[in-house]
Amino acid sequence: MPDKNASGNASKLTDTGRIEIRLAGEGGQGMILAGIILAEAAAIYDGKNAVQTQSYGPEARGGASKAEVVIGEGQLDYPEVLNADALVALSQEACDRYASNLKRGGLLIVDAEKVTRLPVSHAVKVPVADLALQATGKAITANVVALGVLVGLTGVVSRQAIEKAVLGRAPKGTEEINRAALKAGLDSAGAELHL
Amino acid sequence: MTLKLMQGNEAVAMGALAAGCRFYAGYPITPSTEIAEVLSRQLPKLGGKFIQMEDEIASMAAIIGASIGGLKSMTATSGPGFSLMQENLGYAVMTETPCVVANVQRLGPSTGQPTSASQGDVMQARWGTHGDHPIIALSPTSVPQAFDLTVTAFNFSEKYRTPVILLLDEVIGHMRERFDMPDFENVQRVERLGVNVPPEWYKPYGDSVSDVPPMANFGDGYRYHVTGLFHDPMGYPTQRLDEIEAWIQRVNRKIERNLDEIILTEADGLEGAQTVVVAYGATVRSARHAVKLARQRRHKVGLLSLLTIWPFAEAEVARLAQNCRRIVVPEMNLGQLALEVERVAGRSKVRRVNLANGEMIHPQMILEAIEAH
Amino acid sequence: MSRLEQHSAYNYLRHTKKFPNVWCAGCGIGIVMGALIRAIDHLELDQNDVALVSGIGCTGRMPVYMDFNTMHTTHGRALAFATGLKLAQPRLKVIVIMGDGDALAIGGNHFLHAARRNMDLTAIVVNNAIYGMTGGQYSPTTPIDLRATTAPYGNVEPPIPVGELAIAAGAAFVARGTVYHAVELDRLIAQAIQKEGFSLVEAVSYCHTTLGRINKLGTAGDMMNTIKNNSVTLSAAEKMSEEDRQAKIVRGVLRDVERPGYLRLYDQVIERAIAQEASHAG
Repeated sequence: MPDKNASGNASKLTDTGRIEIRLAGEGGQGMILAGIILAEAAAIYDGKNAVQTQSYGPEARGGASKAEVVIGEGQLDYPEVLNADALVALSQEACDRYASNLKRGGLLIVDAEKVTRLPVSHAVKVPVADLALQATGKAITANVVALGVLVGLTGVVSRQAIEKAVLGRAPKGTEEINRAALKAGLDSAGAELHL
Repeated sequence: MTLKLMQGNEAVAMGALAAGCRFYAGYPITPSTEIAEVLSRQLPKLGGKFIQMEDEIASMAAIIGASIGGLKSMTATSGPGFSLMQENLGYAVMTETPCVVANVQRLGPSTGQPTSASQGDVMQARWGTHGDHPIIALSPTSVPQAFDLTVTAFNFSEKYRTPVILLLDEVIGHMRERFDMPDFENVQRVERLGVNVPPEWYKPYGDSVSDVPPMANFGDGYRYHVTGLFHDPMGYPTQRLDEIEAWIQRVNRKIERNLDEIILTEADGLEGAQTVVVAYGATVRSARHAVKLARQRRHKVGLLSLLTIWPFAEAEVARLAQNCRRIVVPEMNLGQLALEVERVAGRSKVRRVNLANGEMIHPQMILEAIEAH
Repeated sequence: MSRLEQHSAYNYLRHTKKFPNVWCAGCGIGIVMGALIRAIDHLELDQNDVALVSGIGCTGRMPVYMDFNTMHTTHGRALAFATGLKLAQPRLKVIVIMGDGDALAIGGNHFLHAARRNMDLTAIVVNNAIYGMTGGQYSPTTPIDLRATTAPYGNVEPPIPVGELAIAAGAAFVARGTVYHAVELDRLIAQAIQKEGFSLVEAVSYCHTTLGRINKLGTAGDMMNTIKNNSVTLSAAEKMSEEDRQAKIVRGVLRDVERPGYLRLYDQVIERAIAQEASHAG
């Protein structure tokens, strides 16, 4: 049966093993950096192919911004997300704006405190910002916590790879904080899986 | 080799260094600024020079000055800055000065949408500066290719003594991809043809077998004149009709007789294709996706990717047009290179797919054009 | 005996190739060209080590007549072209020759920034207070109330004081001479060429063909006399009242300070970059 739905078609276009991840938040929350780290984990440390794109307003702070990461085995044609396998949304605006082409049955991870209206019936709600504060005392590490949650739930990249990628991007002297943030995210994903 | 997740703009900067670029002058503008940032850090390490000029007009002027002084030179910009560079771009054509101008296209006209993608400067790259002139414009489809085509841009500019435009789009400029960057010593570099006659015999704009006169750098002991006026073989201004005509003919000929080398394309399944997609830049990525799906549905579809936009791949498109039923031309604009395809293939054969709102063309749009009757 | 007297100015001219020149009989630009040649000769510079860069306009035509590395660029942009050339070939003495409209209207931004950077260039602005080549339109240095083809009722825009602008922008050396005081002009240009950083010589000239004719200011000789009578040396000017001084062309070295030129500063950038790279590698 041909699917008349445009996005339905596009999902069948996917390259072998193509996985599409979208990371969204407020500008300044570091979601684009999170996208770069995820892509580096895949491309450099897991030996896969990856392409990362982004969109943001010209203003450096505020507004909704998103990073997209497409991971696959061979050549990746279209570099942007067609139908997201997973969406991480750390703000309500980001969730509202970027949830539209989440794949049917795709994984939605939201910050439990900040996203209250959900576009789909099922979502994984994790208090990402709170976890960041608890684990490191720094709200700015929420993006790394979110990566931990995503990787813990999906295994889209290996744990070793994400840790290497996070530490590879961490400014000198912040390695421990970033390691703690990643662990907090991975642990909370573990708890979700055992619910 | 260095394995990295690299941004397109960074790949342009690294490609420039690999090609031997040792001078950059530019003015900050989104979405090209990363090229300047990387080169401001890397050039001085190699003894090269970076300068942030007061505007794009000055930037274009400075790279021409530096090239005449003997350094491989480049600038990078986006739409509004590219508009400002046009007069001096013409000066580079007229004085046959090698240089590379990267234009990371954003949505226009005017300030437009600085972080949105576009392919709206295709015709500006061709005819932005006034007067009849040849131009070379290259457009990469990936991060590794941004590196490769930057090297090629420098090589063409030095070999043919001409400005070369690198026409990126925001998608390729800002996108990060896995890239195994080659060691610079393994990159093939072309140097400008030097002078091997004594100064009293040197004709800076004289006839030569290749139509590309050897180029002396200022300071090498060949004192000559460089001007944006029409000039005679010695470089002096002329109003003689025969000399003006000879210049125009030679400068166009030096490109035209080398189209086989300059026009770079990638062919995918053109043999026996009933429909061919002709695409360039980031749109090639959408097209590849669409072509794959169309083939799954048993359509005979080919893809011709134009890495060289200017000069236009006229002969290749004409050959295609004879053998296929339809040519689909997707562009992130309202139809610019489609005009060329239509000129060669005839309007009835061409189906345009256009989007000019800052988004990439969705593969579905191309697929529909392939399947439409 | 100077080299010039031994060999004559023809050594520095492309007299067999490019003459006659485009300038009107009686024009002051040729005097500036002579002064520049005498200055270069006095400094005994090798012709291969000198580059002359100009923009567009009557003054912009000067380099084509002179036997150096010469570049006739686009209107207003000579300083920007020269900046690239100097950075690529630091051992060249790069001398930039501009008119007033060229340097200060269309090229005003480049003028400011070349001075601010203390770019190692010598700029000569031949100030004839008019666009001559296009036939006499008012320029940024046209005096108030004078008429021009585009100011038929008299110019209402105040003129830019060229030297003072360069001083404000940070030039290391600023001097003003006139085409009447040709020997003095030689000396000022020679001083400017030797200076590290950005040096400017404003050469006050005239255009009898356009500005002079439209405003009935007389022949080239009359206008030359006006310059002579209206100008004072810096030391004389210092004794005058502010009001009297305003009406005069003040000649001499207006500023001469030691300030590192851009090239020396950028050498520091290169040193830092290499040192940082070495420390990362180590």
